[in-house]
Amino acid sequence: MAKYIIKRIALALLTIFIVATLTFFLMNLVPGGPFMGEKSVTPQALAALNEKYGLDQPLSTQYVNYIKNAAKGDFGASLKQRGRNVSDIITSKFPVSARLGGISALTALLFGIPLGSIAALNRGKFWDNFIIVFSTCGIAVPSFVICTVCMYFFGVNLGWLPTFGLATPLHYIMPVFALAFYPTAYIARLMRSSMLDVLGQDYMRTARAKGLSQPVMLFKHALRNAVLPVITYVGPMLAYTLSGSFIVEKIFTIPGLGGEFVSSIMNRDYTVIMGTTIFLATLLIIMNVLVDIVYKLIDPRIKLK
Amino acid sequence: MPKTNPISFQLKVDDFLPASDSDKQSLVVMRESVSFWRDGARRLRKNKIAMVSLVVIILIMIFSFIVPAFYPYSYETQIRGSENLAPMQYSEKEIAAMDAGESVFPHFLGTDKLGRDYAVRVMVGSRISLMVGLIASAIILIIGSIYGSIAGFFGGWVDLIMMRVVDIIYTVPDILLIVLISFALKSPLEQLASQPGFTWVQTLGTNLISIFIVFALLYWVGMARIVRGQVLTLKESEYVTAARALGASNGRIIRKHLLTNCIGTLIVTTTLQIPSSIFTESFLSFLGLGVAVPLPSLGSLASAAVNGLNTYPYLLLAPALLISLIILSFNLLGDGLRDAFDPKMKN
Repeated sequence: MAKYIIKRIALALLTIFIVATLTFFLMNLVPGGPFMGEKSVTPQALAALNEKYGLDQPLSTQYVNYIKNAAKGDFGASLKQRGRNVSDIITSKFPVSARLGGISALTALLFGIPLGSIAALNRGKFWDNFIIVFSTCGIAVPSFVICTVCMYFFGVNLGWLPTFGLATPLHYIMPVFALAFYPTAYIARLMRSSMLDVLGQDYMRTARAKGLSQPVMLFKHALRNAVLPVITYVGPMLAYTLSGSFIVEKIFTIPGLGGEFVSSIMNRDYTVIMGTTIFLATLLIIMNVLVDIVYKLIDPRIKLK
Repeated sequence: MPKTNPISFQLKVDDFLPASDSDKQSLVVMRESVSFWRDGARRLRKNKIAMVSLVVIILIMIFSFIVPAFYPYSYETQIRGSENLAPMQYSEKEIAAMDAGESVFPHFLGTDKLGRDYAVRVMVGSRISLMVGLIASAIILIIGSIYGSIAGFFGGWVDLIMMRVVDIIYTVPDILLIVLISFALKSPLEQLASQPGFTWVQTLGTNLISIFIVFALLYWVGMARIVRGQVLTLKESEYVTAARALGASNGRIIRKHLLTNCIGTLIVTTTLQIPSSIFTESFLSFLGLGVAVPLPSLGSLASAAVNGLNTYPYLLLAPALLISLIILSFNLLGDGLRDAFDPKMKN
């Protein structure tokens, strides 16, 4: 186990390094720069700005400097938001996205797993068909459609729910609904098919023949085996919801990391782009390692190597 | 005939006579052999949901590719005086024309704020979305299957390195790559468009082409992973060993034996890729990185409608509904195809 984790961490560091390198050069290859869009910048001021942030040096020197600093944990200052550090921006924006994303991911799991199991247990009956229709539609409707339709009906027309910000628990309802909709539907589908698969296994018949009670059979034998494919999906899902969906944040005016990331790309705020990319990549990799470990805890037959 | 010798084979001469016509007749197979395709198609036809989705897709294709050519309005003509009409509403000018006895084609879905007929814009928009879905999926199919099969077939170091590349592409946030690549491609594509013989680049819009390139660069990784998984199991089969013993080259084994045997998976994954490409395109258009104005796509129409949601909410309905319908039908068709063509699901 320890050997496995060390190997994964080494591999993860390598991947993050390559991702950072790739992003750095790709970002700099693209024509334009962080100070191009600003009006009334004289050539002298531009040169001064470039010099201040070290953008006048050759790309290779910039790269080596960046990697050296990043290895020490210093991601530099934002080029566009004067006087703010990249780490400050991430630590102030990420909790907002993470809280929203965490609640959404939890909602998706809490609804998706039972829905899928109920569908599988009532195969071919009303609830099964109902859940299939719901989950297929859930996968088909893009998140911005859900957001705007919700906003129009519940926010504007009926006025039940606030339409922007995250001030009270009531504010969370619509964004969480919009963020959790797709994962819930997806998990329900996954859960249904894997539950059907498990219910047809020989050990389920054995369990019934032993005279086990229905709950023991369901929770100890069926659910534990059927939930494995869902666990695989949870890693990418968590990374997606925690890092914040740009669309949801834009529509509901939530100051999260997703919106920050996109606007930094649009503004060519090089240091923020680099910092956020490294942060998101690390998040995704950590989630995947955690998922592998949880996988092993749930299914002892799986060997980590 | 009594046994004369216990060790004799007791051959009968009758057994060695040429077969008569009636004997031959009994050996002719009455039923045609069912090929893989026909078998799958038969099962697909039985699946009502998949057939309904197929009909819906064909209908949407007719509406988006053929009908706009005959439609009395065009997606870019701005009609003065008929801005922001509600569905089936006529402008004062048109009412005057109708009073004078002319026939005026109704605006089924109204007009947008520049006075363009919304119905034809929605149709052309779904054409763009479908095109993005189909072409992008074709690109993804080609790159993903070649890459995945090579990685799976050669294994070892080749596999390790090729799959690390996949992991890296998977780890970089895709929105970053999409934005950067479309910025990077902008000026080369515009230069290309000004060259003689490349005017089609201008008509399609540089953004649309960079969307295709982005898809080609990014989204094949999922397909590559699936194909690799299939090839890893298939390459252990006896027929691959047999082909190799007969001296088939690696390329031939991949093309003729491995890829043809995962054709079911390839079809299904491609069909399911189409909705996800449409999804991504609408998302990009929503961000303003999609097709160039005045060309509409379902995503850009929805995005424009969201901005005027409070005053003209009906503008959102058609594009949002159509995106959902297209994605839904492709998903259901893909599920049906999987049931029909996946050998594990037989009967």
